[in-house]
Amino acid sequence: MLTETEIQAIDHEVKLVPYKKAAVIEALKIVQKERGWISDESVEVIAAYLEMSPAEVDSVATFYNLIFRKPVGRHVILLCDSISCYVMGYQKLYEGIQQHLNIKFGQTTPDKLFTLLPNPCLGCCDHAPALMIDEDLYRDVKEEELEEILKKYRTKI
Amino acid sequence: MERPLTKHIDLNRPPLNLKEYEQVGGYEAVRKVLKGMTPVEVQKLVQDSNLKGRGGAGFNTGLKWSFVPMGPEALHPKYIIANADEMEPGTFKDRLLLEGNPHQLIEGMILSAYAIQADISYIFLRWAYKKAAILIRKSIAEAYEAGYLGQNILGSKWGLEMHLHTGVGRYMCGEETALLNALEGKRATPRAKPPFPQVSGLFGKPTIVNNVETFCCVPHIINNGADWFKGLSKSEDGGTKLYGVSGRVKKPGCWELPMGVTMRELIEVHAGGMQDGYEFKGALPGGASTDFLTTEHWDVKMDFKSVAAAGSRLGTGTMVVLDDATCPVGFVHNLQHFFAQESCGWCTPCREGLPWVEKILLNMEKGHGRMEDLELLDMHTKMLGPGNTFCALAPGAMEPLQSALKYFRDDFVRHIVEGKCPWHTATETPKRFAESLMV
Repeated sequence: MLTETEIQAIDHEVKLVPYKKAAVIEALKIVQKERGWISDESVEVIAAYLEMSPAEVDSVATFYNLIFRKPVGRHVILLCDSISCYVMGYQKLYEGIQQHLNIKFGQTTPDKLFTLLPNPCLGCCDHAPALMIDEDLYRDVKEEELEEILKKYRTKI
Repeated sequence: MERPLTKHIDLNRPPLNLKEYEQVGGYEAVRKVLKGMTPVEVQKLVQDSNLKGRGGAGFNTGLKWSFVPMGPEALHPKYIIANADEMEPGTFKDRLLLEGNPHQLIEGMILSAYAIQADISYIFLRWAYKKAAILIRKSIAEAYEAGYLGQNILGSKWGLEMHLHTGVGRYMCGEETALLNALEGKRATPRAKPPFPQVSGLFGKPTIVNNVETFCCVPHIINNGADWFKGLSKSEDGGTKLYGVSGRVKKPGCWELPMGVTMRELIEVHAGGMQDGYEFKGALPGGASTDFLTTEHWDVKMDFKSVAAAGSRLGTGTMVVLDDATCPVGFVHNLQHFFAQESCGWCTPCREGLPWVEKILLNMEKGHGRMEDLELLDMHTKMLGPGNTFCALAPGAMEPLQSALKYFRDDFVRHIVEGKCPWHTATETPKRFAESLMV
């Protein structure tokens, strides 16, 4: 079932496009914002609401890397692994995060607090290496700063 | 030296609001055009200015617009879209314009929309630019409030709606036709051309997609004329250009400079030269999908034609520097990892070829390379090259590979002969890292 809030937000997006299913990416974003990720059940309810097949919705959901088809932790760490960050040593940050949280790319901590994902380019290559946690961008990150950065999110809800 | 695009950008304060923007001449061009220029006159003026697309393709912008059907027979609504999905690795120039002066982009889009008589416009913004999203939303609302957007703009019969669309990832969304599919709520796979988007684009209607920097040039061309714009440049291509440098240089950054500055000036003057203890080995002049230039190209002018003559592409104009302490094979592996991951899977050569290339390079990094691998890599640069794939992703991916095989072939051979990565003996991190990628 879609909630009232979700339906309202989806209806707003549907009004802007010529036919319902053109709003499917927006619908996925809206539901993910409310629920944290897109479950099979979410795929089905979005499909029913936009008059699409669940397979069609899933084909779109699985294409985009920031639509999560698996549960993620409360905070998602996106570590840039693109070329400028490679040159400037993002590998050290990856090792550092592995030491602090004991998770590799694609994994979530057992307490469900952090998920670590590689990310192609955050568009601040003049301040490499960079990472993003939720909506916060960190630039020119040094390995020794990781502990302090992560600490902020341990207490944040 | 004039810097029209960045003159009013100061990242230490919020960007100009509508009123402040008007005080420095903002939206004057919209008034001028609506008062006394026909859409075709606007197209012609921009064409004469020799403004070339700043997303990387370098096509004359006014000429691109001229392919849109005009007159009473044309299909409506027509669309105009700002490609703000800046995802080319090594590229960070549009962020400056988006965060620094969003009204400049909006004004440029209104003018361009008028030139093709568009009805609806979108800013397709990449998800990571959170700050830009907030600023653009606010600026669009201000522009509606002031009557620069909506119906009957400034009392004319013409109107334009504007929406912000924020993406959910994938490099493919930057490809013009894939972007249209994403906006239609589909997988971002490329479309066959023809028909070109100018004739049949978003929802099958005439559509123009331009890069953010391209749009930002338009108000200045309208205000100051085609000759003035051409005069800003040191080369045939008109205007200034936002150039960037990243990597092991002293002052990485992004600067608006006359089109056609040399690579030497960019690196030695603006980027402050190489960091102490590092030597320049090569550079990708315009993002991940451009061929390497090396020290022999130090005095090449960074404009579309000159960089092409040197065997590469200006691309986005944001340079990634390869230094002597970074392994060229590891560098190219990182790029191929990116391209293999971002392939949309629509056509076979790209979907199957890029992961193969990536695996060969990773094997080489781990010390398991064979001499035949070099032939395999050479073969891929041809088979994934222009004409063999549906869009430009795989050919773009082959550009840094083919030029690395040309300029740094000895380094590839050393990996094979020594049975290890010569750069990774000093520090174990990269080797363990390469292994961790294999899981």
